[in-house]
Amino acid sequence: MDFDNPLQKQLPWRWQEGDLTVTRSNAWSGPGCHEGCGVLIYTDKEGKMVKVEGDPENPFNQGRLCVRCLALPEVTYHPDRLLYPQKRVGERGEDKWERVSWEEAYDTIVTKFNAYKAEFGPQSVVFNQGTGRDVTWANGRLCYGFGSPNSSDFQSGMACYLPRLSSLYATTGSFLVADCSQHFPDRYDEPSWTRPECIVIWGCNPIISNADGFLGHWIVDCMKLGSKLIVIDPRLTWLAAKADIWLQIRPGTDAAMALAWLDVIINEKLYDEDFVEMWTLGFDELAGRVAEYPVEKMAEITWVPQEKIEAAARLYATSKPAAIQWGLAIDMTKESLPAGQAITALWSITGNVDIPGGMVTVALPYGADIWGGDWGYSHLSPEAKAVRIGLDKYPLLQWGLPLAQADEIVEAMLTDDPYPIKAIWLVGSNALACMGADPEKLMKALNRMEFVVNIDLFKTPTAVACADLLLPVLTYPEKNGLRAVWYHIGNINKAIEPVGEGKSDAQLAIELGHIFNPDLVPWETVEEYFDAVLEGTEMTFEEMRDAGAVLYTDFEYKKYEKGYERGDGELGFNTPSGRIELYSTAYERSGLDPLPYFEEPTESPFSTPEMYEEYPIVLTSGARHWASFHSEHRQIHRLRAMRPDPIVEIHPETAAKYGVGEGDWIWIENHRGRVQRKVQLTTILDPRVINADHGWWYPEKEPAAPSLYGMWDVNFNKLIPWDPGRSGFGANYKSLLCKIYKVNQGEEAQSWLP
Amino acid sequence: MSEYGLLIDYKYCTGCLSCDFACNQEHGFPLGQSGIKVAQFGPWEIDTDKYEYLFVPALTELCTLCSQRVEKGKQPACVQHCQSLVMTYGRIEDLAKQMVGKPKHVLYSR
Repeated sequence: MDFDNPLQKQLPWRWQEGDLTVTRSNAWSGPGCHEGCGVLIYTDKEGKMVKVEGDPENPFNQGRLCVRCLALPEVTYHPDRLLYPQKRVGERGEDKWERVSWEEAYDTIVTKFNAYKAEFGPQSVVFNQGTGRDVTWANGRLCYGFGSPNSSDFQSGMACYLPRLSSLYATTGSFLVADCSQHFPDRYDEPSWTRPECIVIWGCNPIISNADGFLGHWIVDCMKLGSKLIVIDPRLTWLAAKADIWLQIRPGTDAAMALAWLDVIINEKLYDEDFVEMWTLGFDELAGRVAEYPVEKMAEITWVPQEKIEAAARLYATSKPAAIQWGLAIDMTKESLPAGQAITALWSITGNVDIPGGMVTVALPYGADIWGGDWGYSHLSPEAKAVRIGLDKYPLLQWGLPLAQADEIVEAMLTDDPYPIKAIWLVGSNALACMGADPEKLMKALNRMEFVVNIDLFKTPTAVACADLLLPVLTYPEKNGLRAVWYHIGNINKAIEPVGEGKSDAQLAIELGHIFNPDLVPWETVEEYFDAVLEGTEMTFEEMRDAGAVLYTDFEYKKYEKGYERGDGELGFNTPSGRIELYSTAYERSGLDPLPYFEEPTESPFSTPEMYEEYPIVLTSGARHWASFHSEHRQIHRLRAMRPDPIVEIHPETAAKYGVGEGDWIWIENHRGRVQRKVQLTTILDPRVINADHGWWYPEKEPAAPSLYGMWDVNFNKLIPWDPGRSGFGANYKSLLCKIYKVNQGEEAQSWLP
Repeated sequence: MSEYGLLIDYKYCTGCLSCDFACNQEHGFPLGQSGIKVAQFGPWEIDTDKYEYLFVPALTELCTLCSQRVEKGKQPACVQHCQSLVMTYGRIEDLAKQMVGKPKHVLYSR
């Protein structure tokens, strides 16, 4: 086997260790995860998985592994796994199901979907997903194979990475990630790589959240190598405690913080004049806009002292290279695009673009249509493309990822406007209890549908409340697949037989897609599909597996100086001007403000002072915990033991003020509803802010409505509206107002005891 | 007493509990038991803008230093899976030398 890159090793993909067989693989959902660490799956003589270890030969994770993969056997063999297709036999919500064959399940899907297509057009079937990662391409393939332009998620403003991706694509024509040597198989030993002088952790806790192909502990690796840290977070995370500067920001004011940094950097001329001159568009216009957001004013808005903001901006701008690892908090503000745009301006005007240890532009490895790509969208008819939901209201959706706008999908489901939606394909999404805003509205919308297919590992509140057909999918050791991220591609190798009759997401997409549209989905098996998308590697799926490989593409810095960013070979960036557009012509053409701005959260101490009197606490949410991936893993005993209850973190002063104490169950209430949480006292928060867990339900409680696994008492989404930003991207999931008070004795939501 | 031990750079332990879980899995201990457990100290403010937020792993009576893994040329389960890569297995004598001049390290013997 010859690899292009001499640093890549040929490794066995399966071998024997005593009585155990070891299979090398990559962990890509399910269960959900955004990483895809290299793993070694150990199976016994009976073919049963006994344990999962981290793969020390995989440069991505270098043997390390988190508790969720270490607990994988309990997930795969859990007695509650969905094991075969089931159709609903009672009313929705009654939790009455009957086992059916795959043949019957496929017949039902094909008959119904085709009937809706014939009467209402293919756009009447919407293909939505959660945040599983071996799901996205499959969902796209199936959606476009069927002929519908409507593929998205049930999350207001699609407020998870998609706003940042759209912002990046619109203003830079590419995507950029913090460079922690992840493009190189020899990692930190790679001579062309330099460690960042300074890393900014902005609105995330990467050591736990591990967003999209970025292993958070690479930050720790860089700290050991001497990188300085700036952390922007309302909570004192472990990283914040170790940081050179921690900015305890008020939730929802990230754009104000970024504009304040720009103000300092521009006023003090700390930017890279050459880079600005050569490679950016609209610096003067940006500077003019930034002048409207002086640091002293932004200090009041963000609740961070001016001198700290200035110190952070100076440290960032005078460190080179510097990287920014940004997170979900950027997306989960309503005006998220200008927030992302302002942060992009920071690394652009400081010349930290595509340099070692800075922010590097990335592409699909070997052009494989897995991590991103076309997924068949370009083959849709112009008529089908034109009716994508949200396109008329949000013209920015024309550029970048061809998503349907989630809030508009929900409206269309409720009103038949602009056209009727009849069926939902919902894969790996417990939207009612996890990513969706206002769950009552979403449930009403779903229950207006004639046919809802839900595909998951476990039955969820969403499945019980709304699904007509449940299809079981596989955990990663049960399937063949591909795992790709910006830098490399590798095999997911099947190590055990499926526990039940489940199919992989890839199988569902290819098999059903082939029935719906054999011209667009010509492959009959997933392996044929994998061979086709791996064309650029000059290997088949089996050859890549036999090489035990994680394939790295060649990586070069400063691609914009070499003509590698644009399809036409010209120098510069893949934007209309060929420059990074600090003044965005794409935004302008979409009727949006071409320059970054800050807008207060819709409900906040400043935007709604009267509401703040009644609801005098700022409420944030969504911080991740080691034990779960969003609403997943709640039934996994050893993980649940780490986090048995839905928690709210409260400063002791605040708790005393409202008469609540450690371990008390409280109601968190706003004008939309109330939700229970158990109090954990902590000084990691500003006393004016509390932080509540998200994604809670109780797999051990009654599934049937009205209980829906005890979801209603603990469903944080009851406090969140469907209310996206002007671009159609972003929503205020993390910045709300609330009041708190004790739950009456006997009415507490708690049920699980270790 | 084994002449081998574990050197841990606890400055960078993030409290992810992968060591605890990996040990529990490797040896099939009952839920909650492990050869290595992680203690948490803080977070609290030491001084203006300075914080104590420490995780320190400690070996329990159950720790065998993964002799069976080590015989096969592997790292102990906790060492391999540590997400911060802060654990080193080796001869105590060598580890003690490595420790000299390094802050916030702890050396465990069994």
